[in-house]
Amino acid sequence: MKTKLLDIRDLFIQLPAGADRQYAVQKVDLELTQGETLCVVGESGSGKSLTARAVMGLLPAPHVQVSNGAINFNGEDVTKASYDRLRDIRGSEISMIFQEPMTALNPVMSIGAQIDEIFRYHVDMPSAERWQKAITLLEDVNLPDPAHIMNAYPHELSGGQRQRAMIAMALALKPKILIADEPTTALDVTTQAQILKLIRDMQKANDTGVLFITHDFGVVADIADRVAVMQHGLVVESGSVEKVLNNPTHPYTQALIDAVPSLSPRKARSRSKVQVLSATDVCKTFGGGRGLFGFGVASREVKAVKNVTLDLHKGETLGIVGESGSGKSTLARCIIRLMDTDSGDISIEGTQINKLSRAEMRLWRNKIQMVFQDPFASLNPRIKVGDIIAQGPVTQGTSKIEADKRARELISIVGLDERSFERYPHEFSGGQRQRIGIARSLALKPEILIADEPVSALDVSIQAQILDLLEEIRDQMNLSMIFITHDLRVAAQVCDRLAVMRYGEVVETGATADIFANPQHDYTRDLLAAVPGKDWKSSAKPKKVAPKKKAPASTTKPKKKLATKRS
Amino acid sequence: MQEFWGRYKRNRSAVFGLVVIILVVLMAGFADLLYAFDPFRLAGKPLSSPGTNGFLLGSDSLGRDVAAGIVHGAKTSLLIGLVATMVAVFIGVLFGAFSGYYGGRLDDLLMRVTEIFQTIPSFIFAILLVAIMKPSIASIVIAIAVVSWPSVARLVRGEFLALKNREFVQACHTLGMNDLRIMMREILPNCLSPIIVVGSLMVATAILIESGLAFLGLGDPNIMSWGFQIGAGRTMLRSAWWVCTFPGIAILITVLAINLVGEGLNDALNPRLRERN
Repeated sequence: MKTKLLDIRDLFIQLPAGADRQYAVQKVDLELTQGETLCVVGESGSGKSLTARAVMGLLPAPHVQVSNGAINFNGEDVTKASYDRLRDIRGSEISMIFQEPMTALNPVMSIGAQIDEIFRYHVDMPSAERWQKAITLLEDVNLPDPAHIMNAYPHELSGGQRQRAMIAMALALKPKILIADEPTTALDVTTQAQILKLIRDMQKANDTGVLFITHDFGVVADIADRVAVMQHGLVVESGSVEKVLNNPTHPYTQALIDAVPSLSPRKARSRSKVQVLSATDVCKTFGGGRGLFGFGVASREVKAVKNVTLDLHKGETLGIVGESGSGKSTLARCIIRLMDTDSGDISIEGTQINKLSRAEMRLWRNKIQMVFQDPFASLNPRIKVGDIIAQGPVTQGTSKIEADKRARELISIVGLDERSFERYPHEFSGGQRQRIGIARSLALKPEILIADEPVSALDVSIQAQILDLLEEIRDQMNLSMIFITHDLRVAAQVCDRLAVMRYGEVVETGATADIFANPQHDYTRDLLAAVPGKDWKSSAKPKKVAPKKKAPASTTKPKKKLATKRS
Repeated sequence: MQEFWGRYKRNRSAVFGLVVIILVVLMAGFADLLYAFDPFRLAGKPLSSPGTNGFLLGSDSLGRDVAAGIVHGAKTSLLIGLVATMVAVFIGVLFGAFSGYYGGRLDDLLMRVTEIFQTIPSFIFAILLVAIMKPSIASIVIAIAVVSWPSVARLVRGEFLALKNREFVQACHTLGMNDLRIMMREILPNCLSPIIVVGSLMVATAILIESGLAFLGLGDPNIMSWGFQIGAGRTMLRSAWWVCTFPGIAILITVLAINLVGEGLNDALNPRLRERN
């Protein structure tokens, strides 16, 4: 019989007056037994992180505090524990790993010193022994050359290595509970798979209870024993992983799971013969510069894009997939001339554009446009939405009245309220902002749209809506699209063809279905193997575009049919 | 605007500072009504102590009314403070904007020039400039602006560096917008808050520099100023304390008030505190 480690009963966490709701978390009941992984899933703002923090007594008091309920850890209510008792518990009995290991580690202390701190505060041990123990820990988390890493500083390690070091630190004193708050969200998919495996292995070895916070159902499918789904501070559904993922009963869970793109590629569409864009042997190198007078050592060179050759045909969506640092965003920026290429040829409709001067390029701007990744950074906070959208046509010489008319039209096309015209970007949610970004990119009536991770900053239900919108616009306006993503699920649902990039090179191109069914390159195989939850849902039949079932947390507004056709 | 005022008035001392500044401005504005005569005029018995011979704050060794000098001097201080700051901010924004936006060689060049100005102690540099140009309002303003702009340039450069790679700026590039428009319409409005804060604090520094120059006899000899009054009274500090003290208090209160307002503006405008929520 496994012991019950954590028993959260009727937990209420109060938010300060003036917040958008009174309680961050309401009536939450959760249980965690030894050796079990409980996944708490929810979208941003659902209260999942605060719940985890409450267990550690890490709420930002006095603004946010537990106002009711109990968190029983081994029969002891931690909400009533003294500060000293909490310090004893933290790190030794309950420990936590965070989303961003770079900020969770102290940048001016070596890894060894940071692990050592835990032993120093919690156990009495001579320093040589502590050091030895720390090295063993690093070995346990499969870090190469632990003796070297002990003396390394966080910036010298890769993201995955840092997260491993964090896990080593968290598990140093064999805690009974490990709280993992989105521990793999900032990591690449192959690294994510390794870290998830590591957490599972460590859990098995120590019989730890893991409270795992995530927004990603793929991860849930891979790691959870039991699942609790949270929405607006309430646990709306909980149960075993099979039950919740395969037979969700609550409509919110159903909508969320529905919004997760399936990994089986959608049906291929026939490819047009007309080539609209081609890139041949494109190269881009960063660095290598010297100071004002040309003295000194040249800075380190990074070949971000190496001899990339691609072509885009009319009406198709070409996906560029790869992990961070693969050069996919650099390539996109070279194509749209936000950066200059070092060599190679990029042509639109037969005209080479990468050697045009900026003034000449201006005439081509209405052929190719871009949707950016971060909806919070891509809109100027000081300019009204209407003006943001009208900017493009005005810059290209359209009269202000004409441009405003176009902007209003686009606002309704992307499904926003017409009053949005007069508002400022900060009044909108992430998904709505992304719609504004899309409207801006469409204002010049482009033929080619580059979408750089347009949904990676959004919650899954919003993500589905934005993808649907892009699809709809592409079809109605007969756009050709370059879609950059790190998420193979999204790629499977959106792209007709794929180009897989690694270290600046395209390692494989082909129709999406072919690549998924029969990957040629080792790296592509690794990527596909690392997709979280790949066994789950892959058998489900590919979802039709534009699900009519709307997610409850959606920001959907009545959508008008596309009024404009390209002339 | 209302939202801005709501955030500003949360800082009590900033509101106090604002009230004081308004009083000083009113004093300067109505100087010719309050003391409708030349402050350099011999107004009565020299070295009268405060409250005697009809002098509210006493008179100096030449029988000039100290209170009249303070009221008229407020005009000089505020005028020089504001004008010098505006000139400094203008030069600083220009240097900083081009340096941050274009980067590379131009940045190296402009920043090295800025550093040349920064390495010279600012007050000594100001003395030097005024001494070379011969003391007048214009030369004092120029001197103060020349020693103050580098900090604005540094600040604006930093803001431009951070903002130029933001996606909204890249989006403007993809729309084919030209550089000047991107700099002025897109980036500059987003760094106005820190510029306003630095500018407001710079007014206080400018007033101090002006007073210092006037104290050393490098002020405009035809214009009454607080620094000049202190300079004129410093030899009699022990026998006639009021000649130095009251202009000194005027400087203290004004500079303090401006600093409080600057702090308040910082709290109210600081974009990092309100962004994203």
